[in-house]
Amino acid sequence: MASTQRPLSPHLQVYRTMYTMALSILHRATGVALSGALLLLAAWLVALASGADCYAWVARLLGSPLGWLVLAAVLAAFWYHFCTGIRHLVFDTGRCLEKREARLTARLVIFAVVVLTGASVLAMLHMGGVV
Amino acid sequence: MSSKSPLGLALGLGVISGTHHWWMQRVSAVALALLGPWFAISLLLQPDLGYLHAHAWLAAPLNAVLMLLLVPTLVYHSWLGLVVVIEDYVPAKSTKITALLVVQFLHLLVGAAALFGVLKVALGSAA
Repeated sequence: MASTQRPLSPHLQVYRTMYTMALSILHRATGVALSGALLLLAAWLVALASGADCYAWVARLLGSPLGWLVLAAVLAAFWYHFCTGIRHLVFDTGRCLEKREARLTARLVIFAVVVLTGASVLAMLHMGGVV
Repeated sequence: MSSKSPLGLALGLGVISGTHHWWMQRVSAVALALLGPWFAISLLLQPDLGYLHAHAWLAAPLNAVLMLLLVPTLVYHSWLGLVVVIEDYVPAKSTKITALLVVQFLHLLVGAAALFGVLKVALGSAA
């Protein structure tokens, strides 16, 4: 096919690694991870509809140390994807695209994610398990 | 109006409705920017999420209606996002089409199961 002769955009490795770049890649990575977490949400809802015994089984899994870590990671991924998602929506309107602004909003996003995730984990600890 | 040649359209090569896909990704993102934090914060503020409490939470009309909005929006947004990822990273056409179909069917399956769960709890009798 003739299409193999088309000019190509530069490959990723010509760019200097910047935290703004890491932020963007992580947005995609957390998005994929949250797609997986959709299975957990569906499992929770189906268990809730299937009665107390089924729910207790799922709650035991999610309440185990590993389940607890997974839930905390899902919350972190959610708040990250939420904050960077809003940043990308702002970019889509043509705002904050200057280098200085992109770096400033990146730092704001990291700060917001740490605060929101920290508060969420505290709320999880306060709840003392899902069972 | 399409900028693609008739041959390109007929062969179905490349993205055929890119702007629609792009726009719907943003529309669902805005909806989820509201529904997502509501869901997370609402559950995190519960005293516990044992069966009785969680069942009562989901059976409450406001929560049930918002969940009926959240589930399809999440499924749609997740499906659109994974389609972009597959289109970007899977080079072989047969693998790509298989992956796109698997992702689509899985999303419909998970969405149907989740919606069924919400409806059964919301419309059923108390736990």
